[in-house]
Order: sequence, then C-alpha cells, then structure tokens
Amino acid sequence: MTRGGFLLRSLAPFLVALPILWLAQRSAPADVTIVLISLGVNVILAVSLNVVNGFAGQFSIGHAAFMAVGAYTAAEITVALREVQIAGLPVEMSDAVVFAAALGAGMLLAAVAGLIVGVPSLRLRGDYLAMVTLGFGEIIRVVIENTKFLGGATGISGLPPYTTIVWTGLGVVATVVMARRLEASTQGRALLAIREDEVAAEAMGVDTVGWKVRAFVISAAFAGLAGGLLVHKIQICTPRMFTFVKSMEVVVMVVLGGMGSISGSIVAATVLTLALEWLRGLDQYRMVIYSLLLIVLMLTRPEGLFGTREAWDLLPRWLGGRRADGRAP
Amino acid sequence: MTELLQHLVNGTSLGTIYALIALGYTMVYGVLKLINFAHGDVYMVGAFAGYYVASALGVQERPTLGKAVLVFVGAMAITGLLGFLIERLAYRPLRARPRLTALITAIGVSFLLEYGFQLPSFRTQAANLEGALRGWGVAVPAWLSALFARLPAEFPPGPTPRFFPEPFERVDWTVLGGVHVSNYDVVSLLVAIGFMVALQLIVFRTRFGTAMRAVSFDARTAGLMGIPVNRIISGTFVLGSVLAGVAALLVAGSRPRIDPIMGLMPGLKAFVAAVFGGIGSVPGAMVGGLALGLGEEMVAGYTSSSFRDGIAFAMLILVLLVRPEGLFGRVTVEKV
Amino acid sequence: MSGPATGGVPVLEVRKVSMRFGGLRALADFDLSMLPGELVGLIGPNGAGKTTAFNAITGVYAPTEGDVLVAGERVNGMRPHRICVRGVSRTFQNVRLFRELTALDNVRIACHAGSHTGFLAAWWLTPGHFAEEGRITRRAEEFLEVLSLSHRRDELSRNLPYGEQRRLEIARALATGPKVLCLDEPAAGTNASEKGALMELIRRIRDQFGIAILVIEHDMRLVMGVSERVLVLDHGVTIAHGRPEEVRRDPKVIEAYLGDAYLEERHIAVPAGAEASAAAPGGPEGGGA
Repeated sequence: MTRGGFLLRSLAPFLVALPILWLAQRSAPADVTIVLISLGVNVILAVSLNVVNGFAGQFSIGHAAFMAVGAYTAAEITVALREVQIAGLPVEMSDAVVFAAALGAGMLLAAVAGLIVGVPSLRLRGDYLAMVTLGFGEIIRVVIENTKFLGGATGISGLPPYTTIVWTGLGVVATVVMARRLEASTQGRALLAIREDEVAAEAMGVDTVGWKVRAFVISAAFAGLAGGLLVHKIQICTPRMFTFVKSMEVVVMVVLGGMGSISGSIVAATVLTLALEWLRGLDQYRMVIYSLLLIVLMLTRPEGLFGTREAWDLLPRWLGGRRADGRAP
Repeated sequence: MTELLQHLVNGTSLGTIYALIALGYTMVYGVLKLINFAHGDVYMVGAFAGYYVASALGVQERPTLGKAVLVFVGAMAITGLLGFLIERLAYRPLRARPRLTALITAIGVSFLLEYGFQLPSFRTQAANLEGALRGWGVAVPAWLSALFARLPAEFPPGPTPRFFPEPFERVDWTVLGGVHVSNYDVVSLLVAIGFMVALQLIVFRTRFGTAMRAVSFDARTAGLMGIPVNRIISGTFVLGSVLAGVAALLVAGSRPRIDPIMGLMPGLKAFVAAVFGGIGSVPGAMVGGLALGLGEEMVAGYTSSSFRDGIAFAMLILVLLVRPEGLFGRVTVEKV
Repeated sequence: MSGPATGGVPVLEVRKVSMRFGGLRALADFDLSMLPGELVGLIGPNGAGKTTAFNAITGVYAPTEGDVLVAGERVNGMRPHRICVRGVSRTFQNVRLFRELTALDNVRIACHAGSHTGFLAAWWLTPGHFAEEGRITRRAEEFLEVLSLSHRRDELSRNLPYGEQRRLEIARALATGPKVLCLDEPAAGTNASEKGALMELIRRIRDQFGIAILVIEHDMRLVMGVSERVLVLDHGVTIAHGRPEEVRRDPKVIEAYLGDAYLEERHIAVPAGAEASAAAPGGPEGGGA
C-alpha cells in the first residue's frame, strides 16, 4: 500500500467524522451543544480510564487528577496567549492553532503526571494500588489548591470558549480509535495478559512493568485532553472540579459499562450523562442515586453491561465484528 | 520548648483519635481483607447519633453526667448497629467475589452515607414532593399529607453544619510553663486509652478475639475448625464501628462542629495510619495513629498548617513505596 | 558441574544456586547443566524445592546465592520477562492461562515475547503492523497445530477441558521460542493414556525444536521414561543425580520417599549422614503426587 494509502486508512475515522461533527455544530442549539460536549468529555474520560482499569486490570481511582493537570496546563496557555495572533492567519485559525497547542501541551503534562503516578504504583496490587492512585489524586489537587500562580482555590476564570462540538467530537474519535486499535493489536494484548495473570504474562516475555506504565501514561494523556476540552467550554478551571468524587463518577461509568469494554464505556457514559441532564432538578439526589447504583450494580451484576466483550462484536464480520476472528463473544 | 510540648500534647490527643478509627480499618481488613471505605462515614454517623441523642435528652439546656453517659452509650449502639447492617447487606453477599467488587461497593456505601446525610430532612423532601405533585395536577390525599407532616424534621441533617452541645463545662489549664491543656483533652485521652486497653484485652484474652485472629489468618480453615465465621466477622465490624463512634464523640467535645462530610478526611487519615502500622495488625493501628497524629501536629506547627492534609497522603505514598506491609505487617509472598 | 560431558556449550547452567526465605533455606547448592536437546527430570517429595528451583531459574525469585547462566550469559537477578527473551520458558504447576482470552490469543501473546515497541504502529495502522500481526497469527496457529489444538483456536481458554488447558500452556511456552523449556508437573491430573501421549509429545517437541527440556514430575513412570538424566531433591538438597535406572535404586532416594524404616526392614544400609526425613506418601515405584 502506498504511503498515502495507509495514511488515509489510518485517518479514515477522523475524515468520516469531521463533516458529521461540523453539521452537528452548525445546527445544534446552545443547550443541546453543551449536553453533547459534556457527553463527549465523559466518553473520553471513561474510555481512557478503561485502558488502565479494564485492559490492564489495574484499579486506578485518581483519574480526575490527570484531568486537572491537562485542564490547568491548557488554561494557562490559552489565557496567556489570548491576545496573541499568529502572523498571517485569520483570527479563528490562529485561535485554533493555539487551542490545539494548548490541548497538546495539556496531554503531554498529563502524560508526565501519569508516569509519575504509574512508576511507583507498579509494585502494588489491588486495593493498595487503588489507595496510591487516590492518594496521588488528592496530593495533586492539594498542590494545585495551594499554588498561587495556578489560582489557588479560586482557580482560573475567564477562559476563552474554544471548545466546540467539532473539537470534542475529534477528541472522542481519537480516544475511541486509540483504545480500539490498542485492544485489537498484539501489543495491546500484552495489557490484557497482564490483567488476566501478571505472573504468567511476565513469564511469557511481557514486560509487565513497562506496559503498566504505558497504560497509565496513555490513559492520563487522554484524561488531560478531556480536562482541557471541559474547561474551555465552561470557561473556568477550579480545583473543586477535580476531586475524588469526579474520579469516582468516571469509575462508575467504567464499571457500569463493563471494565474492558470500550463500547460499554461509551454506552455507560452516554446513559449517565443524559440521565444527569434529566435529573437536573434533583441535583441533590444525584450522588445518592449514583452510590445506590454502584451498590446495586456490584451486588447484582458486577461485570457491568458488557463485561469484557464489545457490543460491536455482535456485528457481522465485514462491519468489524470479530466473532470469527479470534475473540469469542 | 513549650511549643514542642504543646505540639506533643496536641499530637498525642489527635493521635489517639486516629488510632481509634484506624483500629476499625485494621480489624476489618484482617478478617475480610477489605478496605472498608465507609468507615470514616460511620465515624460521622457516630457524631450525629450523639447529637440526636443529646438533643432528645436536652443536654444543651441541662447537661448532667448521666445524660453524657447515655449519649455515649446511645451513639455507640447506633454506630455498632450501622456497622452490622453495612456488613450484612453490602459486604456479606460479595464474600466470594473479587475484592475489587467489594471495594467499589464500599465506596458506594461511603458516598451513600455522605450524600444521604446531606439531603434535606424527610419532612422537607416530602413537602417538596407534594409541591411537585400538585404542580403536575396530581391530587394529594389528605392522609398522605398528614403522614408527610409527621416525618422527621431533623433527619437527614442536610449540608449545613450542626453544633454538638457541651456535655460538661470546659476548663483550661496551663501547665509546665505555657502548655495549654483542657479537661476535655484529659478526658478524651483517658477514655481513648481505656478503650484501646479494653480492645487489647478482647483481641488477645478472649475467645472472641482468638477467633477473630484465626479468621484473619485463614478464614476457611477457621470455619472448618468450628468457628462461626459469619458471626465473628459481624462482631468485628460492630467492634470497629463502636470505636469509630467513640472517637467521634471524643472529638465532638473539643470540636463541636459536625457536618455530613466530616468523616472523609479523618477516615482517609486513619486509613493511612493503619497502613503505616501494618494493616491487619492491632498494635500497628495504635502506633500508626499516634505516629500520624504527632507527625501532623509537628509539620503543621513548624511549617504551615495548610499542608496538614497533605502530610497524610505523603505518608501514605512513602509507606507504600518503601515498606508496603507497614511497621508490624507481614510480607505475603505470592506462591507461584 | 554435574551432567554428562558430551561437549558443546551448555544452554542452561545453574551453579550452586541457593534460595533462602527468611530463615528457611528452600534450595541449597543446586547444580545443573543442560545441553541443547537434553531431557532432564527433576523429582523429589513434596516441598523438596523443585518449583523453587524453577522459580530461581526463570527469574521469579532472584537466587540468594549462586548463578544462573543461559547460553553463557548470567541472568540471575533479571526480571522474568528478560530471562524469557533469552530463551527460558515454562509452564506452571497450577495452570496459569489467560482465562478470558482465546487459545489463539494466549499463544499470540507469547509470540510477541520481547518486543515492546510498536503500539504507535498499532495506532497508525502501518503496513508493517499488519504484516507483523499476520506473521504472529500464523506462527501461533502453527504452535496450536503442533499441540493438536487447532480446533480450539477461537475458544476461550477457560472453557477448555483440563488436559487441553495443559497442552495450551505448553503451546504458549513454546511460542516464546525458548532454548530451555521448563515443564512443572505437566502430567498432574491426567489419566494413563494422556500420560503416554504426553511422553510422546515431550520427545516430539525435543526432536522437532531441538530444545532442552526440564521436567518436574511426581509420576515416576513418566519421568523415568522420558528423562535421559534425573535429579532428586529432598529438603532443598540434591541427593542423587544420574541415569534413571541408577537413581531409582539409590538408597538415599528410597529413604527420602519411604523413610529409613523401609531400608532397615530390608537390611539395606542407611546412608551415613543422611537426614531423617519425614516419609512422603508414595515412593519411587508409585505414582503418588
């Protein structure tokens, strides 16, 4: 296949999605837009967390911290460069470039945070790992709250509203494509092996330490993307947006959808985001309902909606179903 | 020098509280290998239980020693019952499942307590419901209205903090040339130590305690040896929850402000203390609690108090990196 | 160093390896040298230290003392995955498959042993990525074929019958391309006819792939039938080493399994300096596990 050919195949999902997103952006009224963007952000969060919790089987409950790192990084950059216009480009394009750079920087720093959290956590299993990720999550938040130049407890406000349906949608496509291609590759299967039996995986030549770190880093980077997108819609960035409660909301989505199932995470994120919208008037009941949902779920169907399977495996093979291709439904 | 002594006094006082809560974590982990995330919230419920009992007895207007004791006992009973119910309804059905399932459930229970207590009172909720129904044109029968009006007006307490009434008058002394100690501190310390000694006796000198330790070593074999494992586990939960309730009451004396999320931080910190001492080890929890209390006071006192909360987390990460099994914990090697 | 001196570079050398856990010495001065294509058996009563020896060789534990060399390179202290890449592979006493994955996936993961580049290639769907995937799939299918498991290709490994699970574990271990294959009780839980097939399989693997095979087993018929040499461990100490016929008649070995009373009754001299070891049920003639 030619160079151009493989690039086309690689970028196909983005090219297909772009016109759809653009149409949606032009036609959606403001209140629908914000719901769609919330939905997109939650899907990115759920799918990215699934890489660590579902694929690699490492229980991480500090995801909101990586969101925060990405959000604050992007916010600092866009606020600093707000007045700047790149020579030779119209304003919208210049803003888009700045935004892309800001998001990218956010993802990069979030990835570094993922590295810092991932490396020490490697020796730990199960509950201990969960506790360390929780601890790190809280430390990052406490540090942000106490740092003057990050705005302390009041945070950064007045962010330019760069996030649109198109940006969010591209982020969702990127995340889902990343996860899907990872899951379907032999390299990604190393993560599954680690989840299934770490000792055996190690004995079969899988660098478990290296892969667990990679999982953390990848997952954190995309959480950073979600953070950057979110704060540039609501135009404010405070530490209270990224507490342990937020992390648990993402965990609920992943568990509800089934740890290890990308389609499960997407469905669960959608269901929960929309349910949240409908329950606007009952905001005080939201967390109570969440917690009851968690408890009932764990007592009745802990594997969630799809377990480790994918909804699209039920499709016929030519659409991507994998029934006959080495993964039984 | 007096500053150091003051910090030592405060740190010990704080440490005994952490120790009491940490004991609950460690005992439950010992028998169930589960981190009972909801434990900090049991502590919170203990505070509110004491508050409600005190209100019912009229402690605010006329405090007496008898009433104080009743408040104590009442709160202990309520927290014990809560612990029993949580284990029975949320954890026991998951005994055979992977521990992560139980951990998630524990987090769910924790949130349920925290946010459930932040709901407006049942009477207010019912009134809201009535108003909404009327708004949709649904007729509300009179008997239902009457029922709604009789629901508790004070429970759930809602997010605004309440203030625990003083059970007895506070007296402050200044000793050793500058160190401030109050009678609350002394009582708190004595009571805490008393309970810890009692716990030591229970764990190491009674049949229940021996059974508890047997279950923590190998639950299945203990069961085969005739130990009623379920009852022992229930008992362990009750014991740990009672201690948390006691801790809450002791704190409420000197820090009377109580609210539904007051358990989050102490719960997390006590957990760190338990891990530091070696989770599963009773003496470890006591030592860990004291270490954390003293450490927190020292750092907050000599550097900046805004880092107070961060100390616990830093300690947690340090322990898990350097010696995950804690001070008194045993290293378990996975058999390949 | 023990072993027949038939020349050539040993593919595996274990020199005076000891394993200590706290105060307990699970393995003492373990010596072993294997040439390519050798079939060596490792036997001993329960708790003798056989699996510990495996774990020390494959890197699950770092030897407290001594050295492990694979094809001349020191590997003690390396993490298991790096030792695997250097040519040592194993199966486990309690089958440790990737349960929620298919048989094919179990083997495919092993095929990829050692390379950890390339998730970027997976993301970009490069032609190289597809070629690699195809290569790995074909290779995995071949190993399934060798172990007669092709019909189970897409089956979840946890659904396979026990005997097939054990074979799958062997297929997976082979897929890493080892120079030395360590089989930990491959016949456990299998019946007599399956054992015969297993013996055939082990020889066939050695003949086809030319790898050295080290087998822990309790089934004496299998070990004696398959091995060219046998090592006997008891309480971590190597008490005998030689050809199967010699070892089974060695009084120290008999004593380890049946106790000194057995020897005395038959007026066989109790070996001097031998520890009074607790008799394990079953002996060199039996098949007890």
